[in-house]
Amino acid sequence: MAIPSYATRGERIWHYVFLGICALIFLFLVGPLLIIIPLSFNAEPYFTFSDKMLSLDPAGYSLRWYEDFFTSSAWLNSIKNSFIIGIASTFLATVLGTVAALGLSNRHMPARGAIMALLISPMIVPLIISAAAMFFFFSKVNLAQTYLGVILAHTALGIPFVVITVTATLSSFDTTLIKAAHSLGANPTRTFFKVVLPLVTPGVVSGALFAFITSFDEVVVVLFISGPAQTTMPIQMWSGIREQISPTILAVATLLVLLSMLLLTTLELLRRRSERLRGITPE
Amino acid sequence: MSQSPSVPLTTADGVPLKTSLRRAVRRSKVKAFLLVSPLLLFLGIAFIMPIVEMLWRSVDNPEVSTQLSRTVAALEGWDGESLPGEPVFAALAEDLREGQEARNLGLLSSRLNYEKSGMRSTISRTARRIGRVEPPFRESLIEINDTWGELDTWKLIQREATPYTLSYYLAAVDRQLSPSGEIVEVPDHLKVHVSLFWRTFWMSAVITGLTLLLGYPIAFLLTSLPLRHSNLLMILVLLPFWTSLLVRTTTWIAILQSQGVLNDVMVALGVIADEARWQMIHNKAGTIIAMTHILLPFMILPLYSVMKTIPPSYMRAARSLGGKPFLNFRRVYFPLTIPGIAAGGILVFILSIGYYITPALVGGQSGRFITNYIAYHMQTSLNWGLAAAIASILLFVVIVFYMVFNRLIGVDKVKLG
Amino acid sequence: MKDDSKQAGKPALKLMVCAVAGASAMGLASVAQAQQTLNIVSWGGAYTESQQKAYHEPWMEQTGDEIINLDRSGNALAGLRAQTQAGNVTWDLVDMLPADAMIACAEGLIEPLDHDELLADAPDGTPPSEDFVDGALGECFVASIVYSNIVAFNTEMFPEDNQPSSIADVFDLENFPGKRTLLRKPINNLEWALVADGVAPEDVYDVLETEEGIQRAFAKLDTIKDEVIWWEEGAQPPQLLADQEVAFGSAYNGRIFNAMVSENQPFEIIWDAQVFELDGWVVPTGKLDKVKDYLHFATDTQRLADQAQYISYGPARYSSSDLVSVHAETGIDMMPHMPTFPPNFATAIQKDDEFWADYNDELTQRFDAWLAQ
Repeated sequence: MAIPSYATRGERIWHYVFLGICALIFLFLVGPLLIIIPLSFNAEPYFTFSDKMLSLDPAGYSLRWYEDFFTSSAWLNSIKNSFIIGIASTFLATVLGTVAALGLSNRHMPARGAIMALLISPMIVPLIISAAAMFFFFSKVNLAQTYLGVILAHTALGIPFVVITVTATLSSFDTTLIKAAHSLGANPTRTFFKVVLPLVTPGVVSGALFAFITSFDEVVVVLFISGPAQTTMPIQMWSGIREQISPTILAVATLLVLLSMLLLTTLELLRRRSERLRGITPE
Repeated sequence: MSQSPSVPLTTADGVPLKTSLRRAVRRSKVKAFLLVSPLLLFLGIAFIMPIVEMLWRSVDNPEVSTQLSRTVAALEGWDGESLPGEPVFAALAEDLREGQEARNLGLLSSRLNYEKSGMRSTISRTARRIGRVEPPFRESLIEINDTWGELDTWKLIQREATPYTLSYYLAAVDRQLSPSGEIVEVPDHLKVHVSLFWRTFWMSAVITGLTLLLGYPIAFLLTSLPLRHSNLLMILVLLPFWTSLLVRTTTWIAILQSQGVLNDVMVALGVIADEARWQMIHNKAGTIIAMTHILLPFMILPLYSVMKTIPPSYMRAARSLGGKPFLNFRRVYFPLTIPGIAAGGILVFILSIGYYITPALVGGQSGRFITNYIAYHMQTSLNWGLAAAIASILLFVVIVFYMVFNRLIGVDKVKLG
Repeated sequence: MKDDSKQAGKPALKLMVCAVAGASAMGLASVAQAQQTLNIVSWGGAYTESQQKAYHEPWMEQTGDEIINLDRSGNALAGLRAQTQAGNVTWDLVDMLPADAMIACAEGLIEPLDHDELLADAPDGTPPSEDFVDGALGECFVASIVYSNIVAFNTEMFPEDNQPSSIADVFDLENFPGKRTLLRKPINNLEWALVADGVAPEDVYDVLETEEGIQRAFAKLDTIKDEVIWWEEGAQPPQLLADQEVAFGSAYNGRIFNAMVSENQPFEIIWDAQVFELDGWVVPTGKLDKVKDYLHFATDTQRLADQAQYISYGPARYSSSDLVSVHAETGIDMMPHMPTFPPNFATAIQKDDEFWADYNDELTQRFDAWLAQ
């Protein structure tokens, strides 16, 4: 934000005050996530920086909480469960959501608004309500305490994200490209794979990432409908935090922050690629 | 339609153009609908049916009518003025005998105990001795437990014999039916739900206000920077958005607790004494701080997408017309951002009133939400009807706000990152 | 193993017995036997640990069974209901409180037990029905331990010549200032408030059954309300006491014992007006055949006495008390740390399960409303 040359002195001061305020807000946003990273290397079982850590004494740091994590069968098992459930529900949500988005972006789609509102509702309905409702219903139809039950529940929760991102991509999709492809002699199949798919893929992938992280993060529904066999990582964390926060939780948290950085980078790269394909370049 | 030209246009194969177009549209409609239908079917089964089941459970009342079917039948026509006669007691004895043999009196006694504390032991004690009960049943049952000699017990059974009940909804808003059947408030010392609903709403409003206060400058900054820089800063907004909710809650525990980072820093700096560490967690402050942090991206993103559409030339024009900067902002810029404020505000508010995890972990006693009570009734008190009723009321509130949101902004305008 | 249902259970059990008898040549049978997996639900933490060492490990060694510990006892009743409703009961044996067991039994969620037939006699031949303490054998329940809800304090928070000793001291802010941490439930707190207010321990529940009694209890709690931090997880009170965030804390006696001996914390237990109760096993409906051998083993005199080496909960059998020896880790004498040790037991209150089954919902609501005031 450049200061215009005609700004008065007061405006200049205000400008810097404003930037200072923004810096503080950014600190509030990101600081807490960064603070746990060094804390997770604390050699002592405390939640704060020890004197040794502050004086950068190597003895103050250790990998013991990571070791705890990677040698605990309960934690490892919960990671496995999280991935099984996350991948399966992401797959289902992506397929169902993408197909539906293709229909929704058709301008002749009847009752589009109402259907869209319905499809997005799992994102809006409080999780505790979905969880209670699914608990009642899934118990009745023998889906409670099964992998399938948790996967179906997470699919429902992930669907809105896929629908939103894919319809957004499709709405900015230039349909003349299809006509161009046709007029240049491509058959519909070829057009789909060579023109439509490359342009839509970034939307589908980012929708899938959203669905995955939704499932990977979700506690409340799993808490209600899962059995002991389906304990996921968030459940393991939840019970850990409620009982007594051990620094192992901080190690897990650090790993999860790194995971979200990785996903975010992937998304950003996708976005750039998609802009490049559309011929939009950042200024 | 009546004004169609006398000589209709036709397509190459002679079909009138309008018909052909209509067909094409219909085909297109059907195709679009077929594409959406698998998802609709899936959500119908995995999401809508559970919600319907929950709504049904909040009024479902099978216990008395099925477990005490003979008693209920015998009570038909009872005037409620004096104790029922021997046939009713005999029917009760028979019902309890059968229930004891089938070992399924548990739900009945829980159900009646919700309405009248003490009914659980009344039923279990009576049922345990039912094998040795001799006629006349009226005297023998009252001898086992004098609750059977109270008129209110029988009025309760008669009243709860209907297959559907509003009791759970009444309990959810701190009301009950008096023995004579009027809706009355429960005694003050039993009122919990209504105040919890209000607390949930006003704390959510505070959180919404705070996210607006913090989100507005950030969104403004992001729009006024060149895209290259703003993209970088946008990542800082999106990172918390993508980080596990539990992780974010955990880090606030690490920071805010009395032996935590913030208190340590302040003690080290001499701002506060070691004995006088601030209590910033397990209370309202904890919930508000952590949830403001967690929901902030949901405010920034809609604000940003609205602000991006405001041409910077507007502000320059206002200035060139001689307006003071602050006045320009208030008169010109701010009104243009109101749609963004509405979108972000409603979104944050809806999400906030439904939060469970964060209040449960950092809210302590004073910072808990109505959602914590749903979980309590689901898992601890096991009063699932009441849990369903509270959840249904909350769902209703959320749906109202959702519809307002949909009307004002449109769900298809929701963007993610 | 697919023999979850009753009908299929019997033959499998026979196979297992054969295998134990040494018919290792029967390859199939030993495979079936080695595959038997028991899902046992308990409370987690040090308590599950003590069960693991005293019951599970010797059993697994003896039979080759695999035992999986599930820390779900806190929500056991909800879990049993849901599993039964779903027709998919995955738990084989559940550790729960007798009050919950009464409800579960009335709902048909768990098996009625014939104690004298199922359980082991005492070494001297006394049948179980005479060897277990009062209330230990419910219609569907068999207790394994007696544990106690007590208030403990950090001795460093008070001068040496003025240490608290009675439950009334917990309510005495003048002589014993400082924060207290209490369970965020009416249970125990109402009992203690009445005793502190002068009600004799044996009359507590009679008084609580009257409206005046309840008001009296809440009025007494009012006097310390501002100084109370309410806890919800059993791990919190020892932690808060150790951090000296509170001077007093109500807790399960085993947790305090662990902090005292394993972490050398300067804690002391006020045994006055301890509210003791039982805790033990229930068998989900349909699982009796699968677990009855294990249940027989895990509730015999020696096993209950062994458990007391790891945690300071009293065995629920008279015949076990004589065998209680020393703490496995530190070698200290366990007896003085048991709730049932006579000097500790003089003013003990037995938790009235029937009272709480009736009034818990209402009093919890009232307690919440009181907290919110």
